[in-house]
Amino acid sequence: MNPITEQPVLKVSHLTVRYGSGCPCCGTSLEKNRCRKCGTVWAANDVSLEVYPGEILGIVGESGSGKSTLMKSLYFDLEPTEGTAYLRDYQDGAKDIWQASAAEKRRIRNCLMGMVYQNPLLGLRMEYSAAANIAEKIIAAGSRDAGAMTERAQDLLSAVEILTSRMAEAPKNFSGGMQQRVQISKALANNPSLLLLDEVTTGLDISVQAKVLDLIRKIKARYGISILLVSHDLAVIRMLADRTVVMLDGKIVESGLTDQVLEDPQHAYTQQLVHSML
Amino acid sequence: MKSEYNYGFLDEGSKREIRRSVLKAVAIPGYQVPFGSRELPIGRGWGTGGIQLTLSLIGPEDVLKVIDQGSDESVNAVNIKKFVALCTDVPTTIHTAEATIVQTRHRVPEVPMKNNQILVLQVPTPEPLRVIEPKEEVTKKMHAEKDYAGIWLQLYECLIRYGKVTIGAEYPCMVEGRYVMNPSPIPKFDNPKLNDAECLYLFGAGREKKIYAIPPHTQVIPLAFEDVPFEREDFSGRKCRLCGSEDTYLDEIFDAETGERYYQCSDTAYCKEVRARHESNH
Repeated sequence: MNPITEQPVLKVSHLTVRYGSGCPCCGTSLEKNRCRKCGTVWAANDVSLEVYPGEILGIVGESGSGKSTLMKSLYFDLEPTEGTAYLRDYQDGAKDIWQASAAEKRRIRNCLMGMVYQNPLLGLRMEYSAAANIAEKIIAAGSRDAGAMTERAQDLLSAVEILTSRMAEAPKNFSGGMQQRVQISKALANNPSLLLLDEVTTGLDISVQAKVLDLIRKIKARYGISILLVSHDLAVIRMLADRTVVMLDGKIVESGLTDQVLEDPQHAYTQQLVHSML
Repeated sequence: MKSEYNYGFLDEGSKREIRRSVLKAVAIPGYQVPFGSRELPIGRGWGTGGIQLTLSLIGPEDVLKVIDQGSDESVNAVNIKKFVALCTDVPTTIHTAEATIVQTRHRVPEVPMKNNQILVLQVPTPEPLRVIEPKEEVTKKMHAEKDYAGIWLQLYECLIRYGKVTIGAEYPCMVEGRYVMNPSPIPKFDNPKLNDAECLYLFGAGREKKIYAIPPHTQVIPLAFEDVPFEREDFSGRKCRLCGSEDTYLDEIFDAETGERYYQCSDTAYCKEVRARHESNH
């Protein structure tokens, strides 16, 4: 990987997400991420980052720091107030994905990106079978070949170590770890170039967390996919991320190679974060 | 005719508005046109959409046939027929070929309809996307964006769970390659009759306040995967116990006393016609 010469898979510039009407001094007089005068919340404030081919970019920060806001904006779950995002596989990275039409956004969501939510209820149809959950993405991409969909579902479920004999079962009958693995296989259904993982191990017990993390590593090695990994757990970031971005109050306060950020933190918040690691 | 009511029960303004909605529906096959559903002396959900269409279209020259689940004699069919006759004085018939307007629920008659006939279908749930999306504003967007992945997902889920598509009635169809349409709760057996038909099909949902149409010679294709073709109900090896027909939609009847199962034509008027033909031949 050579970040200088290679075209990034994802380039986000000046992403800002505001909740509130705003005022003339908004953004200059903030208490944490809230305007002192009008109360407008700056959930993401001038966030810029790039994800390169085959790398895992970790985003770390406390609750309310804007990590999930960034992910939701990228997956079109919420509309950013300002900013641009370019995806290498969408019009050769020449058009801002947030300016795409509704149909194009649907295609980007279903074919060019995959998302794994912290809460499987957001990412899976719990009443439908595991196979149908994967097929949903393939159908959305335009395929009408049921046999090919079933084959793909079998491949992906095997890849995430779920017995294919359980593919007709609904994820509501699965454990939390299995549900996350079905989400991952669903996200991979159309071979996207970018995977968004939003706190995928939160709420899982230690042994299941280890399995999911190991699976993410294997998936990266097998599919060569780029991953944007959000976590508040520095151990997860240390284990997986090539580069790390630290967010605080909606802003990026530090970024660099993961080892560099964790071994030699420059910002006071990052230092506090690293020192608070158990 | 009850002279204290306007001809066709509805006032002329209401009929004109419904006819305008019909024209729009005919112009955009499969598209659900909203209309101001009127109050009728029948509860919503009892065929009021179909009745409003019939009352708006009917004239003194028309001949009316009403069927319910294929039968001319069911309570609902008889009452609707009586009501329309009471406020229009049009003659009624049980013979499909004689009727100019046929109002129906759950079946398309076995006798192929001609280009001088209209089939009015009563529809309880016009929105084919309703089972996957409860919000009307969202389903409207989904139609506009031709986002029918959810319906395909339902078909796929049937294949995964049961090895075949188990939807028996309200089988979704693609109309002219544009809109997915709910053909009302007719059995899958009747779906092919909608494709490239001679007659005009009108669908009315009184409770849901929607009208949609399939004009003559419109392409109506039931949704099916490339490798799993659409299949109708299979009655091979069975025939109507009354008329002997083997190519009609058959109702299964169970005799609790003898434990016997037998079959007879769902379209009772057609069954009678076939029997009358047999008798005259003998």
